[in-house]
Amino acid sequence: MTTAAQLIDATKKYGSVEALKGVSLDIELGDVVAMLGPNGAGKTTSISLLLGLRKPTSGKAVLFGMDPTNVSARSRVGVMLQESGVPQMLKVSEIVDLFRSYYPDPLPRERAIAMAGLEEKANSLVKELSGGQRQRLYFALAVCGNPDVLFLDEPTVGMDVEGRRSFIERIAEFAHLGKTVVLTTHYLEEADQLARRVIVIDRGVVIADAPPAEIKSRVAGKRVRFVAPALGEKDLEGLPVSAVTIKDHSVQLLTNQPEAVLRELFQRGVQIAELEVSGADLEDAFIALTTH
Amino acid sequence: MLVRQTRAEFLKLWRVPAFSATSLLLPIVFYAFIGIGQASQVLQGTHVTFGAYFLASMSVYSVANVMIFSFGISVATERGMKTDLLMRATPLPPLVYLLSRCITAIVFAALTLAVLFPFAYIAGGVRLEAEQWFTLAYRVLLGSIPFIALGFAIGYLSGPNSAVAVINLIYLPTAFASGLFFPKQLLPQIIQNVSPYLPLYRFGQLGWDAVGAKWFGYPTFWVNRVHIAAEELGTVPEGVGKDLNDLATFVQARR
Repeated sequence: MTTAAQLIDATKKYGSVEALKGVSLDIELGDVVAMLGPNGAGKTTSISLLLGLRKPTSGKAVLFGMDPTNVSARSRVGVMLQESGVPQMLKVSEIVDLFRSYYPDPLPRERAIAMAGLEEKANSLVKELSGGQRQRLYFALAVCGNPDVLFLDEPTVGMDVEGRRSFIERIAEFAHLGKTVVLTTHYLEEADQLARRVIVIDRGVVIADAPPAEIKSRVAGKRVRFVAPALGEKDLEGLPVSAVTIKDHSVQLLTNQPEAVLRELFQRGVQIAELEVSGADLEDAFIALTTH
Repeated sequence: MLVRQTRAEFLKLWRVPAFSATSLLLPIVFYAFIGIGQASQVLQGTHVTFGAYFLASMSVYSVANVMIFSFGISVATERGMKTDLLMRATPLPPLVYLLSRCITAIVFAALTLAVLFPFAYIAGGVRLEAEQWFTLAYRVLLGSIPFIALGFAIGYLSGPNSAVAVINLIYLPTAFASGLFFPKQLLPQIIQNVSPYLPLYRFGQLGWDAVGAKWFGYPTFWVNRVHIAAEELGTVPEGVGKDLNDLATFVQARR
């Protein structure tokens, strides 16, 4: 069997709010998937369903061909949750050992701690760890069982740039071992750097599911940025542009015909400054896909 | 897995002085303040000293305390920290998780008694038969198990911040009203009427009965099958008979 996890037409309602609307997706073994979406899109809900933390209102969640609450299914999965906690009064080595004992074939304790870069803190109590160190501990707990699939829900939230960079490296290391990784994030660079497949979710619906390059190519090719103090709505009328965002006087838009657009803007007498034209990246694609 | 989980649960509680020290020392503190002064006074109509009565009371109090606090507060705090969410995502079977906590609580309760009993013996001069010590201990430990449910209920119904307050608000006054600190007969009549409905009172009866205090509302009937002389019993029962038929007659007659 090559399917690690599936959602089959899954819907999840919290009271009257429909967090997921009939979502179907397959995660194959060996996939490195990023689920991308703004806050409230349904990423955490999808992961909760796949892990059996919540039950779908309708539809099904399947983990290794079994119900996700099944202990055998869970013993092949490592998890890093967005909202998480660990007992404060245990030492790092103790809690890693504890989690290791839940799995049939865990990593050696030192290796799990090393993968998280916490060797120096192995004998410290959990409550003595800094925020970034605690995130790394959650990572150690997620990988210590040597799982086939790693679920990471917004793993780098709250980290500084350096922390995030080294964390992404650790995840990439793990993925290189041939393991399956399912990552949710709203940081586009993470998805771009790590994933071989990006699933874009917005408002409970999957709006794209493709490799990062393909998603970028779906969206108009060039990003044009400039500052225009006197720009009005009608100045952009009729131009082949998309994903227009205007903040204070900074304008950003996507277009396949940057030269034509600029020529037209000049002809209309729009004063622009600080002009930048660059290739659209995943961020632009994402914004284009999720703002309508 | 169970062993490791139990050890972890135990360490989690043991390393929090607010819990471990309080559980072990508070009963001694109560006993020292309240029990020792009157320890050798004999309660009216029985052979039981106040020291023995209070030992039974404090055993009940401290063990139920361990159950309610270790389950109530730790559950509430862990929910507040979302620890339970992470635990639910692991392959740890829920039953193992529950069992490890029960075992930890019972171990703590036993430790509490292991500290309280010698203290009562040495400082309070409480003298009981070996069998009585043993009976008191096992009854109190077994009888505390329903209080686990109470602890869980409080832990799930209150938030992490309010759990301690809720427990203190409910527990200590209830313990007083249940006649744990002063025999029920000494409490105001209104409270006496409520006592029998309180779970701590019923639990208390198990303890008091073990130390022979029939004064606490248990009518006693002695089934004297082998014709032992009455003085051997050490207390005067309400009725005497030679077999269970006599007991039935006795009960009928009291209706």
